[in-house]
Amino acid sequence: MFDYLTYVREGNFPHIWCSGCGHGIVLKSFIRAIDKLGIHRDEAVMVSGIGCSSRTAGYVDINTLHTTHGRAIAFATGVKFANPKLHVIVVTGDGDATAIGGNHYIHAARRNIDLTVLIYNNYIYGMTGGQVSPTTPRGARASTSPFGNIEPPFNISGLASAAGASFVARGDVYHAQKLEKLITQAIQKKGFSVVEVLSPCPTAYGRRNRMASPVTLMEWLRDNCIPVKKYEKMSEEERSGKIRTGVLIDIEKPEFTEEYRKLVDSMQVRG
Amino acid sequence: MPDRYAGRTMMMQGNQACAEGAMAAGCRFFAGYPITPSSEIAEWLALRFPEVGGKFIQMEDEIGAMGAVIGASLTGVKAMTATSGPGFSLKQENIGYAAMAEVPCVVVDVQRGGPSTGMPTLPSQMDVQQARWGAHGDHGVIALTASSAQETFEQTIRAFNLAETYMMPVLLLLDEIVGHTTERIVIPDWDTVERIDRKQPEVPPDEYLPYRCPEGLIPVLANFGTGYRYNITGLCHNETGFPTNNKQENESLVIRLTEKIVAHRNEIIRLKRMMLDDADIVIFAYGTVARSARQAVMECREQGIKAGLLEATVLWPFPTEEVYALAGSVNAFVVPELNLGQMAREVELAVRCAAPVHRLNRVDGDPITPLQILDAVKEVV
Repeated sequence: MFDYLTYVREGNFPHIWCSGCGHGIVLKSFIRAIDKLGIHRDEAVMVSGIGCSSRTAGYVDINTLHTTHGRAIAFATGVKFANPKLHVIVVTGDGDATAIGGNHYIHAARRNIDLTVLIYNNYIYGMTGGQVSPTTPRGARASTSPFGNIEPPFNISGLASAAGASFVARGDVYHAQKLEKLITQAIQKKGFSVVEVLSPCPTAYGRRNRMASPVTLMEWLRDNCIPVKKYEKMSEEERSGKIRTGVLIDIEKPEFTEEYRKLVDSMQVRG
Repeated sequence: MPDRYAGRTMMMQGNQACAEGAMAAGCRFFAGYPITPSSEIAEWLALRFPEVGGKFIQMEDEIGAMGAVIGASLTGVKAMTATSGPGFSLKQENIGYAAMAEVPCVVVDVQRGGPSTGMPTLPSQMDVQQARWGAHGDHGVIALTASSAQETFEQTIRAFNLAETYMMPVLLLLDEIVGHTTERIVIPDWDTVERIDRKQPEVPPDEYLPYRCPEGLIPVLANFGTGYRYNITGLCHNETGFPTNNKQENESLVIRLTEKIVAHRNEIIRLKRMMLDDADIVIFAYGTVARSARQAVMECREQGIKAGLLEATVLWPFPTEEVYALAGSVNAFVVPELNLGQMAREVELAVRCAAPVHRLNRVDGDPITPLQILDAVKEVV
């Protein structure tokens, strides 16, 4: 059996996440991914922002940096640029990455700096008690949209693709083995890589939206997350309400720290 | 190979002198965002850093620039950002993070008139209290200032040395006049520059606690990637670096963040004293205004007025005791500033009513002239 304890800070458990939260599944998928890749714990840095997702950093026995709300990608940019040998993984949530941190998110994608960003999308601000987020579906209830959300949601993956990310994938915590593969691919990719992970929040989202049971939420993921290949073969009608998962973007383009290194090399050759 | 400017006498803007000072101090990372009147610092480093293997990045905003500087610093590189009033406001949250997490870095604020967008191309000293209290929560602050290109060069080096010594963000408050005035500057050989580098752990990783503070008040943070795996957070934490809800641990951290400056104030504070021995009137000035004040003291003396100058090159911690020590033997203090009396408040607190404190303030975007100070002193006499 796989020994997760090698990679976690046992003293910090039990974790703060509610029963039925999907975040622990992302944590385990991440651990299996770095184990598979043989990344040395000393050479990995996890940078997180603020929120339930960002508490992941406290549990992993690598270099961890728990920053300010929305700014994880900016801090991570500094870490990676200053020492490109480090594997830098950002852990963030839908509110953290696409509301308060939206600017850093799109610009890091545009810059194509070699970061791996795991975005736990639970459609809600969980830690602060269930306020509406940029990914809360239209009509869904939250503590600050008590009559149903009137705003349309962001497409997190679409945002990164449009901004220039070289790898974008979407996974979910029901399909945990597939999630591990997506995280592995994202870490391996040289360039800005995003894995949007649908990770349900029974406490703050489910209870307000007739999905209080974690099992119901898991079944919802099972029934609605459709692999890219299958999705492509579906009719418009069949696609309604379904979520495309898998690798959405995987392209080669110049990476920021590499380009800067080339610039420095050329200056030094010139003298 | 020696740097192309090292050991040379140059004509340079204060902003360029700041950038050169940073390089001489060993700074090799800059993240910034364009803002007048500080942009020349970024421009100069964008040009110069590739020559020495330094890293330059223009971020998407001021907040991101401050975040990137902190991230870079944690890998062990000396890192800096530069901005002006509105950008300084935006950086405050992450300046507070650097204070809380005790990450060394340097933040330069080339002050312009405010509030808000204010007077982008004109000088002010309106950010001196923001430097002290801009980031929320109680913590000690070190803020330096400078009145010329040469002094900017030297103070930038000192800012890095203080940041590395006390493990915190150090602020350097310039103003538009210092930043944009081109004047003579002597750049020493980099080998002769006193450079302080942050300590690294002397214990093996399994015995290491990042916030244990082996010498009392200052932690030793291992550079990321060197085999010491630990956690950094802006939440109240204990010596392990992990968040805590323990009341005693919360209290001891918050007190230590202030105490580490209070306990070392004598090593940090620096003052320039001019003709104070027999002075009846003490002018307290800093930055650009101190240049006018020096001239004003000479004019006063020529006219038989016993004026002297106490010039602060460190604004925070404030030299409360040094100001108070003068209060008993002089008739009055005059505090000229390019704001509405932000440091005069501190002088008043320090003097404790032992002598009157007269303010001379200017907020129209023009500098305070020697003549204005002379007139203010005469009025007091």
